[in-house]
Amino acid sequence: MLEISNLHVGIEAGKTLQPILRGIDLVVKAGEVHAVMGPNGSGKSTLAQVLAGRDSYTVTAGDVRYLGGNLFDLPPEERAREGIFLAFQYPVEIPGVANIYLLKAALNAQRMHRGEPELDAVDFLALIKGQLKRMGMDEALLYRPVNQGFSGGEKKRNEILQMAVLEPRLAILDETDSGLDIDALKVVADGVQSMRSPERAIILVTHYQRLLDYIVPDQVHVLSQGRIARSGGPELALELERRGYAWVDGDQVAASRAEAGSQRGAGA
Amino acid sequence: MATQALKLDELINQGYRPGFTTFLEADTVPRGLTEDVIRLISAKKAEPEFMLEWRLKAYRHWLTMTEPHWSTVRHPAIDYQDISYYSAPRSRADGPRSLADVDPELLLTYEKLGVPLQERELLAGVAVDAVFDSVSVATTFKDKLAGLGIIFCSFSEAVQEHPQLVRQYLGSVVPYTDNYFATLNSAVFTDGSFCYIPPGVRCPMELSTYFRINASKTGQFERTLIIADTGAYVSYLEGCTAPMRDENQLHAAVVELIALEGAQIKYATVQNWYPGDKDGRGGIYNFVTKRGDCRGANARISWTQVETGSAITWKYPSVILRGDNSVGEFRSVALTNNYQQADTGTKMIHLGRNTRSTIISKGISAGHGRNAYRGLVNVAKSAVGARNYTQCDSLLLGDQCAAHTFPYIEVKNPTAQVEHEASTSRIGEDQLFYCQSRGIAAEEAVTMIVNGFCKEVFKELPMEFAVEAQKLLSVSLEGSIG
Repeated sequence: MLEISNLHVGIEAGKTLQPILRGIDLVVKAGEVHAVMGPNGSGKSTLAQVLAGRDSYTVTAGDVRYLGGNLFDLPPEERAREGIFLAFQYPVEIPGVANIYLLKAALNAQRMHRGEPELDAVDFLALIKGQLKRMGMDEALLYRPVNQGFSGGEKKRNEILQMAVLEPRLAILDETDSGLDIDALKVVADGVQSMRSPERAIILVTHYQRLLDYIVPDQVHVLSQGRIARSGGPELALELERRGYAWVDGDQVAASRAEAGSQRGAGA
Repeated sequence: MATQALKLDELINQGYRPGFTTFLEADTVPRGLTEDVIRLISAKKAEPEFMLEWRLKAYRHWLTMTEPHWSTVRHPAIDYQDISYYSAPRSRADGPRSLADVDPELLLTYEKLGVPLQERELLAGVAVDAVFDSVSVATTFKDKLAGLGIIFCSFSEAVQEHPQLVRQYLGSVVPYTDNYFATLNSAVFTDGSFCYIPPGVRCPMELSTYFRINASKTGQFERTLIIADTGAYVSYLEGCTAPMRDENQLHAAVVELIALEGAQIKYATVQNWYPGDKDGRGGIYNFVTKRGDCRGANARISWTQVETGSAITWKYPSVILRGDNSVGEFRSVALTNNYQQADTGTKMIHLGRNTRSTIISKGISAGHGRNAYRGLVNVAKSAVGARNYTQCDSLLLGDQCAAHTFPYIEVKNPTAQVEHEASTSRIGEDQLFYCQSRGIAAEEAVTMIVNGFCKEVFKELPMEFAVEAQKLLSVSLEGSIG
C-alpha cells in the first residue's frame, strides 16, 4: 500500500534547509499496523505530516508510492479522498464551523471523489450517531464548533470519530495517545482496534509503549535523528521501554561516526 | 507555500461577476453643482417649497464645510464639479404603472443580477422598491401594504403623497448640517425609499430595495427614511450591486430610522458595489451616513451589514438610545480584498436609562485590503444602568493586508457597564491543512473558515439574505489562501 524509499525531508530555517528526515525506508502493506516510535525531534510527526501533504516541509530526496502511484503528485485533499487519514497530534480549532458540518463536508468530498452520491442530512446523522455511541461521545459535540472548547480527550476522540466515519485505507495516528488519561486511552485504542481490517493499514506514531498494550502492532520502527534506527516486532517496543531511547540514539551516533569515518577513508 | 501563493494570485484575479451596463437613455443634468442645479433637481421632481428650501440650506452649509480626512481611507481628490447630480431613466417620464410598463432592459438587468422582480413578488413575498440610477421604477406589493396602513414607496412619491410625514421626520436623525457627505446628500439627493409603519402594525413581509449605479460619472445620492410608529415592527433589507466601471463613482447615501415607543426596526444590508479591479482601479466610493433613533421607551433598532463591495466603504450605522430601556444592535461583516478599503463601525449613544447596545464586528482582509473598525460607545450622564457589549474580530488572509481597530469609549455615568473584546487572527495554515487533510479543497476550506468566522452576523440575516451573503463572501474570497 505504502512504500517509502530513501525519503529526505527538511524544513526552511532562515536561508538554510534544516534536515529532519534523512533517508527513511518503510513498506506498509494492507492489513498491517506499524508503530513508529522515537524520542522528541526524531522526525516522527514530520513523517506523518509529510505523508498527509503538509507543504511547510521540503522533500529533498526519495520517493513515496501509495497504491502504486506517486504520493507527492497529489495535493493533501486528493490524498484524503484516496483514503489517507491523519489523526492530528494537535487538532486545530475552527470557530463558527460546526463539527458535524466539517465531517459531512469531508465525507461527501470523498463520496463525490468515488462517484457516489452525497449523503443527505438524515442518512448522515444516522451514520454518525452510531459511531458516536461507539466512541462514547456526547451528541452535543457534533454541534459545537470544530475542536473549540474541547478537552484534550474530546479532541482526540473526535479525531478517531472522523477516522471511523471516513473509513480510510491508510490511517496515520500522530501521538493520538498523548495527553489522554487511562480511560480515554482505552476508548481511543478500542476505536483504533475496531478499525483494523485486512484492507486497511494503520501507522501509529507514538512516544510510549502503553498504547501498544491495547493495539499490538505487526511491526515497530524506532526513529532516531531522521532515520529508522531499528525495526522489529512488538517486542522491540518493550525493549525500548526498558532501555530508553538513549539505547537507539547511541546506535545512531555510532552509525553517524562510522559513516563519517568511511567518508574520510574514501577521501584519503 | 509557493504553489499556494501562486494559486492565490490566480484566483484573486478573477473578475467581478455582476459586471455589465444597461443602455438606457439617461436624462442627465450637466456636471457640476450650483444652486441652479439644486433648483433644477427640485423642479424636475415637482417638490413642494419646503423641500427646495431644505436642499438650499444644506447646499449653503455644505459650501462652508471641508471634506473630512480623519479616517484611514485614502483616495484621490474628488472633483465635486465633475459629477452629474441627476440622472433618471427616460422611461420614467411616462411613468410606468406596473411591471409591464417597466423598460424590459431594466428588468433584464435585475434578472442578470438574480433579482427577478416577478419571481420575488410571487415566491419570496418581498416587496421591492428598486432604485435604478436615481429614480424608483418599480414598486410592488404596495396595495397589500396599504391595506395595513403601511406606506412603502419611493422617496419622491412620499414627498408628493405624504409631505407632512416627510417634513416631520426628514433630517430629524441626520440633520442637514451633520457631516460633509450627509450635507451634500441633503442638497442633491434624488430618490430613495420611504417607509412608515403605523402604530401597532407588524409589517408582514421583509421590505427590500435593490440599488444599482449605472450611468457613468453619476454620483448617486439616495435618501432612505423609515419610521416605525408606536409598537410597530419592520424588517428592511437593502442589497446592492453595480456594473463594471473604470472611473470611481461617489455614492453618498443617508439612511434615517426612527423607532417610537416599543417599536422595532431591523435594517439589513448586503453591499456589493463594484470594488475596482485587482490593481485598485475604479470601484465605488461608498460614503454613507446611517443612523437610527430609538425615540421612545423600549424601542429597538438593529443594523446588520455585510460589506463585500466598493473600493472604499466608509460608514458607521449608529443608534441613538434616547428612550428608556431601548436597545441598539450593530452586526457587521466587512471584507476587503485586492486594494479595497473599509473604515466602518458604529456609534451607540446611550441617553436613556437602562439602555443596552451590542456591537459585533467581523473584519476580513485579503490581498492588499485595509480594514478598520471604528466605533464609539457613548454613555451620557442620564443613562443610568446603560450596558454595552462590543466584540471586534479581525481575520487576515495573506501578508499584504491590514486590520485596524479604533474603539472609542466615553462613559459619563458610573452605573454603566461597558465591555470590549477584540481579536485578530490569521486563517492559519493549520486550519487549512486540517480541512484539506479531510478531503476538503483549499478554496472550499477558506470559505468554510470565513463563514464560520462570520456566523454570528449571518445568523441575524433573513434566510435568503444569509444565503446571498455567504455566496458573496465565497465569490469575493475565492482562493484567498494565506
